[in-house]
Amino acid sequence: MSQRTRAADRPSVRRPGENAGAFSPRPRPVRRARSEQWAAWAFLVPVAVYLLAFFAYPLYRNVELSLRDYTVRSFVHGGAKFTGLGNYAKILKDPAFVPALTHTIVFTLVSLAFQFTIGLALAVFFARAFPLSATLRALFLVPWLLPLIVSASTWSWVLNTDSGVANAVLQQIGIPPVTWLTSPTWSLVSVIIANIWIGIPFNLVVLHSGLQSIPGQLYEAAQIDGAGGWQQFWRITFPLLRPVSAITLLLGLVYTLKVFDIIWIMTRGGPTGSSATLATWSYQLSFGNLLPAFGPGAAVGNLLILMASAAGLVYIRVQKRQYQP
Amino acid sequence: MTPRRSLLKTLIALVLTGIMLFPVYWMVNVSFTRPRDMRKAPPNWLPIGGTLDGYRSVLHDQLPYLGTSLAVGLGTVALTVAISAPAAYALAKLAPRGGGVLSFLLLMAQMIPGIIMAMGFYAGYLELGLLNTVGGLIVADSTIAVPFAVLIFTAFMRAIPDELLQAAKTDGAGVLRIFWSVVMPVSRNAVVTVSLFAFLWAWSDFVYASTLDSGGAARPITLGIYHYIGNNNQEWNAVMATAVVASLPATVLLIIAQRYVAAGVISGAVKD
Repeated sequence: MSQRTRAADRPSVRRPGENAGAFSPRPRPVRRARSEQWAAWAFLVPVAVYLLAFFAYPLYRNVELSLRDYTVRSFVHGGAKFTGLGNYAKILKDPAFVPALTHTIVFTLVSLAFQFTIGLALAVFFARAFPLSATLRALFLVPWLLPLIVSASTWSWVLNTDSGVANAVLQQIGIPPVTWLTSPTWSLVSVIIANIWIGIPFNLVVLHSGLQSIPGQLYEAAQIDGAGGWQQFWRITFPLLRPVSAITLLLGLVYTLKVFDIIWIMTRGGPTGSSATLATWSYQLSFGNLLPAFGPGAAVGNLLILMASAAGLVYIRVQKRQYQP
Repeated sequence: MTPRRSLLKTLIALVLTGIMLFPVYWMVNVSFTRPRDMRKAPPNWLPIGGTLDGYRSVLHDQLPYLGTSLAVGLGTVALTVAISAPAAYALAKLAPRGGGVLSFLLLMAQMIPGIIMAMGFYAGYLELGLLNTVGGLIVADSTIAVPFAVLIFTAFMRAIPDELLQAAKTDGAGVLRIFWSVVMPVSRNAVVTVSLFAFLWAWSDFVYASTLDSGGAARPITLGIYHYIGNNNQEWNAVMATAVVASLPATVLLIIAQRYVAAGVISGAVKD
C-alpha cells in the first residue's frame, strides 16, 4: 500500500471501537426545529458544492471521456464522436490488458500479505513496553510520512543494477548482481519490495492499537495454564485481533489497488510493460505517450474505480457491522 | 519482564529499526557522496570525505520549486480547514437531514484513485485555463485532505459537551457565533492535526502536480526531484539532497506533531 496516494491516500488510523465516521453507535439527537435545519445546511453547503464540483464533476468528465473518441484536437476544441462502449471494448482486447490486470492483482495481494504479516509481527513485538519502545515505534512511521517521490527515488538508487547498494550487499555474500529495475523478470518484484516497505508502518500502527485493547488478564490466565508464547498468539491474539485485521486488510486493499506514484517513478510500468498495473497503464495511455489516448485511458481508470469502490463498499459494510452492536 | 530480557528486546528493536530505516540513511549518505565515489564498489558506507555539492545544487536549482510547494501546502491547509470545519460542526452537532448520506459520500470519495481524479481535473482545467496555476493545484490537492478532515473534525466536535453549546445559546449567541467563538477555539487541536496532514499531503503530491502542473512556473518540489532524475542521471548526490530537503516537513511533523496527532487520539480518530 502506499499512500499518498496520494500519499494521501494515506488512510487515517482509527482506534478500534471508536469510529470517526458517520456510523458510530450513538443515539441520534432529536430532530430540531426547521430553522435549525436551515442553519445546519448552511454549514454544509460549502462541502456539498465542493463534492459536486471537485469529485462528482471530475468523475463525470472521466466517464464522458471514456465514451467518446477523443483526439488531441477534439479534446481541446470539442466535437469528439460518441462511441458508446467502444473504448472499453478496445482496452479489453488490447494485449496489454491481461498483463496489467494480472500485475495489479499480484502487486496488491503480495504487498498486502507481506505488509500485514510483517506489521503484525512488529506489533506483537512492540505490544509490551520496553526501554525506548515508544521512540523506536515512532521511527517506524518515517517511511509512511515521506513523500512518495522521495521513497521511490531512493529505492531506485538502492536497487540500481550497477551501483546500487542492494547489489553491493548481495555481492559481498556471494550472490551475482540482480537486474532489479531493468529486466522484465525483476521489475514487478522491485516495486513490490518498495511498496511493502512503505505500507508496513500503517499495518504496525493499526494492529498495535488493536493489540492494546486485548485485556492483559487473558495472557496472564493463559500463562498460568501453561500456554507458551506461540500458543498465546494463536489462541488469544489472533482470534481477538480478527476485526481489526479485517479493517486493516480491507483499507490496505483499497489503497494498494490505486498505487501509482511508486511504480511510475521507479519503472514507468516497464520494461516492456512488465510492471504495469491498471493505474500506470491508464496514466500511460492518457499522459505518457506523445499521442495521448484519453478515451481508452479514462476507460481503464473507470475499471479501476469499479474495483476500488467494490473493495471500499465491503470495507464500509464490515466497519459498520463491527462498530454497531 | 526481567531487566535482561527487556534490554535484549531493546537491542533487537534497535536492529529492526536500523534495517527499516536503512533506505532513509542511504538517501542521506548518497546526498553527501562525491560523484566519482558514486559508482564505487563496495560503496562508502559512511559519508566520510563527502561533499556538500548536492546541497549547493539544491540551493541553486530547487528554491523556486520549494517556494511553490510551500505556497501550495499553505493554500491547501486554508482551503481544507475552511471547507471541512463548518461541515463537521453541522454533522456533529446540528443533526442535519441527509447528513448520513453526505458522510457516506465522503467515505467513498476517499476510495477514488488519484489518477482518475487527475484526468477529470485535467479536462476541466484545460477549458478553464487553470493548468499550471498554483490555485488549480491547491484545489486539486485539497481533495486529498477534505474527506479525511471532515471525519477528524466530526469526531472531535462530537466530543464537545452539549452543555457548553447550550450555555452559549442561552447567552444569546447564534449558530454562527457559537461555531466561531466556541466550537473553533475548543477544536484547536483538531485544526492543528488536520492542518499538518493537509500540508504534508499537498507537499508530497506527485499525481496532481505531474498531470496539472507539469510545465510552467507553478511546479512543486516533487516535480523538481522528478525532472532531476530524468535529466541528470549522473548527479545522484543532488537528487538525494533534494529528496532529503523534501523530507524535512515529514521529519518536523513526526517530531513536533506527535503531541497533536496524540490530541487527535482523544477524538478517537487518529492514533499515533
